[in-house]
Amino acid sequence: MNAAPSPDNATAARDTSLMRVNEPTRFWRGFVPSVRDVWRYRELLTNLTRLQLKVKYKNSSLGFLWSLARPILLLIVYSLVFSTFLRAGIPYFPIYLFTGLIVWDLFASTQGGATNAIVGNAGLIKKVYFPREILTLSVVGSTLFHFALQFLVLVGVLVVFRYDFLGWNLLLAPIAFVALVLFMTGIAFLFSVANVRYRDVQHIIEVLLLFWFWMTPIVYPADFAISGLGGVSRVLAWAYQLNPMFPIVTAFQRAAYKDMDAVAADGTPVLYQASVQRYLGLLGIVIAFSLFLIWLGQRVFAKAEGNFAQEL
Amino acid sequence: MSAVIQVKDLSKQFTLRHDASLKERVVNRIRGANTDETFWALRNLSFDLEQGKTLSLIGPNGSGKSTLLKIIGGIIEPTEGWVARRGRLAALLELGAGFHPDLTGRENVYVNASILGLSNRQIDKYFDDIIEFSEIEKFIDNQVKFYSSGMYVRLAFSVAVHVEPEILLIDEVLAVGDEPFQQKCMERIKTFQDEGRTLVFVTHSLDILRQFCDEAILLDQGNVLAHGPPSEVVSEFRERFLPHLEEEEDEFGTREVEIKGLRVLDGDGVERDKFSPGDDVVLEITYDAHETIADPVFGIAILNQVDALVYGTNTDFQGISVARVHGEGIARFTFPSIPIVDGRYYVTVAVHSRDGEVQYHRIERLGQFRVVSGAEHAGFLHLEPTIDIVDRESSG
Repeated sequence: MNAAPSPDNATAARDTSLMRVNEPTRFWRGFVPSVRDVWRYRELLTNLTRLQLKVKYKNSSLGFLWSLARPILLLIVYSLVFSTFLRAGIPYFPIYLFTGLIVWDLFASTQGGATNAIVGNAGLIKKVYFPREILTLSVVGSTLFHFALQFLVLVGVLVVFRYDFLGWNLLLAPIAFVALVLFMTGIAFLFSVANVRYRDVQHIIEVLLLFWFWMTPIVYPADFAISGLGGVSRVLAWAYQLNPMFPIVTAFQRAAYKDMDAVAADGTPVLYQASVQRYLGLLGIVIAFSLFLIWLGQRVFAKAEGNFAQEL
Repeated sequence: MSAVIQVKDLSKQFTLRHDASLKERVVNRIRGANTDETFWALRNLSFDLEQGKTLSLIGPNGSGKSTLLKIIGGIIEPTEGWVARRGRLAALLELGAGFHPDLTGRENVYVNASILGLSNRQIDKYFDDIIEFSEIEKFIDNQVKFYSSGMYVRLAFSVAVHVEPEILLIDEVLAVGDEPFQQKCMERIKTFQDEGRTLVFVTHSLDILRQFCDEAILLDQGNVLAHGPPSEVVSEFRERFLPHLEEEEDEFGTREVEIKGLRVLDGDGVERDKFSPGDDVVLEITYDAHETIADPVFGIAILNQVDALVYGTNTDFQGISVARVHGEGIARFTFPSIPIVDGRYYVTVAVHSRDGEVQYHRIERLGQFRVVSGAEHAGFLHLEPTIDIVDRESSG
């Protein structure tokens, strides 16, 4: 065929080389090509993230305000229960609580979204090719956006309460944030894959997240749990601190709540009693572990994604 | 020219799982029961498609056409073998092409086009063209869940062709659009071909296939039955899958003159089934008039595959009068160099009175024959035009 010279694209086919579709990569080796592939589709990632945000609040009149309303309502409920009913007597409890709450909310809503990331986008997956990791990452993107809004509210609360939070302690926050984002992304890969084959997984994850929430020092001081569990067995108290969310949440609390000397009504310190070096050390371990999780999660994801279109 | 799509020893096995929940899975494991069933949707497929060529996949439902398209598109992975391709690919698979029902048309265009690999800036550039081509400006800011299926396809096709892919895959989706839009799509596809882009599409319309394709593959249950120029593949397809209509022959009439049979002969009087355009065809009716019948009219009609009348005549039209018939005899219709296109043809035979009042005997599709040439034509007639193109520009 005598092709009419087309300005840009048709002729470009001749320049690019023949590439295998879905070239199988070895489990240990495929991470870097996958990352490159995701990078090529980065504009899609931003568009899908925007899509997630739009869809979430489509047809709701308050829209984005809902992402603020939820933690604020939780804040009111927990404050009522803990400060008024149980009289835990933690000074500035709302600040302590809200810090942990928004951190947890970011983690939990990411996981909730991740379980649905593949299953909920069956329409896309069955019809077009793109790196499927984008779907999970777009969930992370949209929950991060909500987190940013909630974070502004936290800053607002700190300012309104005229709370003295400025100082070196704030430097813990960005490090804890990096650890949190890496950790939740790794877990999100695993959860989004798990739910494709068996939809039972989403129910398991729901319960698991509830359990996990209470096993993380968010609404109570860490020492309540550590000393309580220590009374039963030292192994349990130790196991409690193995939770990767533990150093993340406590570091955020250390950053925002700041006051290491604050104690609850029974004299238990509010913040996790550890040196800054220990906080940093724990976060370092979580970051290293999370990087491994992301690698593992991506590989598991890559192994499973070939079957997504037919499993859905 | 070099290959743009290369398919090598491709096989795809599907597993039908009968246990959808974890519980069932566990229970079945314990019982040692394996309820999975497997089947091959594609088996050992190999072919190369060169740049600028248009390939069409045909075959009955469930033959693996869409599976092949999805594997080329990278949406599902093959069990064995591989596919290689180059350049940007756009695919129109099933309805919707991955639109999100809650988003507006505008938002979906952005998401869709970025899935197909355009940057937002490029989309901005093409956006107006996309909307104009789809002709749904009025609804572009409505959520697509309120769209009709035709509007869906319009928008999806419009996006797919405007992202300027080197390879375009189209599943049987265009059938949904209305006639003018289909026309428009076909024109667009033609431009596409002229620009040297490569197309693979699934179609059930043999006309479209003959009109647009350079080659075709006939699939059945995952196996390639034929691969070659459209006319060959189409005749193979007709042979195998279009019901042979002679089984439903029906006849009626008083049988005062009874039609005993029909022989299809070539110019040498040898009975034959297969002809080339230009061959002489002789249709020979044998009859038996049980009484003496005055002034009967013998007629034949040639019908094609889809029962359309290709040609019909009778002795009356031809100005031939048969004084009377009595006993056995033969009515012979000779067609020197029959100018009809490839296909299977059926012959209906009738004998009736001149005024048409009395039908003595009529048998629908009594005989049949095939025309095979390997040449491509649209319509009924096999003509052999000579074509001159006078390029005024270059001749001065």
